[in-house]
Amino acid sequence: MRAFTQHTGLVAAMDRSNVDTDQIIPKQFLKRIERTGFGAFLFFDWRFLEDGTPNPEFELNCPDLEGASILLARQNFGCGSSREHAPWALDDYGFRILIAPSFADIFYNNCFQNGLLPIVLDAEVIEDLFTRANTYPGYTLSVQLAENLILDDHGLKQSFEIDPFRKHCLLHGLDDIALTLEHAERIAAYEAARGMPALSESGESN
Amino acid sequence: MAASEDTATTRPRTLFEKIWDNHVVHHEPNRQTLLYIDLQLVHEVTSPQAFEQLRIEGRRVRRPELTVATPDHNVPTSDRSLPIADEIARTQIDTLRSNCREFGVRIYDLQDPEQGIVHIIGPELGLTQPGMTIVCGDSHTSTHGAFGALAFGIGTSEVQHVLATQTLRQFKPKTCEICVEGALARGVSAKDLVLYIIGQLTSAGGTGYILEFTGSAVRSLSMEQRMTVCNMAIEAGARGGLIAPDEITYEYLRGREFAPEDFESALERWRQLPTDEGAVYDRVERYCAGDIEPQVTWGTNPGQVLSVLDRVPDPDATEREEDRKAAAAAIEYMALKPGVPLTDIEIDRVFIGSCTNGRIEDLRAAAAVVSGYRVADRVGAMVVPGSGPVKRQAEQEGLDNIFRQSGFDWREPGCSMCLAMNPDKLEPGERCASTSNRNFEGRQGKGGRTHLVSPAMAAAAAIKGHFVDIRDWNYRDGVESASPASATDKT
Repeated sequence: MRAFTQHTGLVAAMDRSNVDTDQIIPKQFLKRIERTGFGAFLFFDWRFLEDGTPNPEFELNCPDLEGASILLARQNFGCGSSREHAPWALDDYGFRILIAPSFADIFYNNCFQNGLLPIVLDAEVIEDLFTRANTYPGYTLSVQLAENLILDDHGLKQSFEIDPFRKHCLLHGLDDIALTLEHAERIAAYEAARGMPALSESGESN
Repeated sequence: MAASEDTATTRPRTLFEKIWDNHVVHHEPNRQTLLYIDLQLVHEVTSPQAFEQLRIEGRRVRRPELTVATPDHNVPTSDRSLPIADEIARTQIDTLRSNCREFGVRIYDLQDPEQGIVHIIGPELGLTQPGMTIVCGDSHTSTHGAFGALAFGIGTSEVQHVLATQTLRQFKPKTCEICVEGALARGVSAKDLVLYIIGQLTSAGGTGYILEFTGSAVRSLSMEQRMTVCNMAIEAGARGGLIAPDEITYEYLRGREFAPEDFESALERWRQLPTDEGAVYDRVERYCAGDIEPQVTWGTNPGQVLSVLDRVPDPDATEREEDRKAAAAAIEYMALKPGVPLTDIEIDRVFIGSCTNGRIEDLRAAAAVVSGYRVADRVGAMVVPGSGPVKRQAEQEGLDNIFRQSGFDWREPGCSMCLAMNPDKLEPGERCASTSNRNFEGRQGKGGRTHLVSPAMAAAAAIKGHFVDIRDWNYRDGVESASPASATDKT
């Protein structure tokens, strides 16, 4: 997995709550069997008009937000379907960090699997960030994962919480399966204790 | 069980804690627990990238015998003997087929009599059993919690992780007891019960929790109704839903294809599972079944729901600014006006089916309503059975004829217009009474507007062309379906 250490980028503010994964990546694009290339379809039904041209009303189509890599969002972001295509699309579009007062459970988990950093902050802090994003043109944030810190050019110094082990995995780009297979003997012992037949070969990777 | 001895104590435990403890492979403080997975269900949409990555990394499926696949999300519900017209959908289904062949995974393919929605065929086959851990790359995996199994949806990376290791790294969720005492009124279904609870909790209110549904109202539900309830636990944001196994559960399982051979010793184990007297939940919510009326969603998330006797709410009456904005946006998308009675809302389409309400009892309830009536002129209505066995059972009972004679389309099994990945979808601006689980913008087709209701409510709306209070329905032919648990078929 790609490691995440620190990132500075343009902030796109999306003032909508309960943004579900059906909006992030609509169903018609889930038939693809690849893991890449979903960025072109991110927020498709909001982002494009019937004739395929960009919807000028949609936040991310604002010319000033071209190249945005930090998404500032509202409560329960990523709710609904478990589709990992949602973080794939956000990542492929160029987002590296998502900031919201809360995320849906499965989506939150899926972000870490793809080197995306979801940051949860108190509602008041989020409100302040929305104000800043609307006040300062080209508003950017710097996030330093090792220090749990968010900084801007206007005096903001905000800490955030993240599970230490998840942070460790992100910082080092650790692969979950490789980590789990360090416990291959424990898995085999668990299976043996339940009376399951042992695997014919050394097991998980051949 | 040896693996549980380290963690099991004599202190009273909840159903969730017992299942969790029984599946701990490894735990280190302040880290995710490595949990053993008893069953992984696989479908065509969220698995191709997982299998591909296994190939790239040179890994195999650790326990193919604990993995079962079926195509359901984008299968057409029209004639199965014809090739799938959508080339990309066909490729995805072919890919599932070849992946299953390559990795030795059992698949219930399009032509198999058991094929159906993955969350319907798991229980039907007896694969879903009390005390198990069950995962699938699909959020509605929570359905299986109705059997007292810890079941939840995962992403594709985790699908790959389970394929490769038969385990999953998990943070322990908190527990929330949802206690519903009393009896549901006549005409009020399990769907209304769970929609009501989601309305009370909000669509994010269950985030971080496993919901255990308890109380006399829940105990008296049939297995199929319990599945409807647990299916929608995810719509409150919960990790999963649980209902303790009891005689209704065991009776449902007895004799099913994959039920344990030594059923009696399985029963002994299962009877240890229910939450101990004195066990403590992290949170408790109590509801009175008698307060629950038939429900209709008015907005664009399942928490935006009211009684059929209510009116479209006024966003300006909402306290929190963020909720006010969300309600206003939802009402605009849904093309509704604040203050309009929900029974005045006219519909264009009706969808009866999905992993929420595509089982035989759901179809019986809907058929009882439409029998002797015709679908309103303005309405296009379809019934999509949840699986091959459900379809055959319905046909044996003559339900297909009742639906057809009333003007419904009778289709082949699949997820269909619940998520509209196949050709079944709403046109922009169309309004649908749907028995499915999500009313998100465009969920049933871009620009489509979805109102979630029970099967009986959807059926009645199809006849009248607008929502009605099912409690006032005049059943014309035969008797109202009582949906007794014992009537559940075991084909």
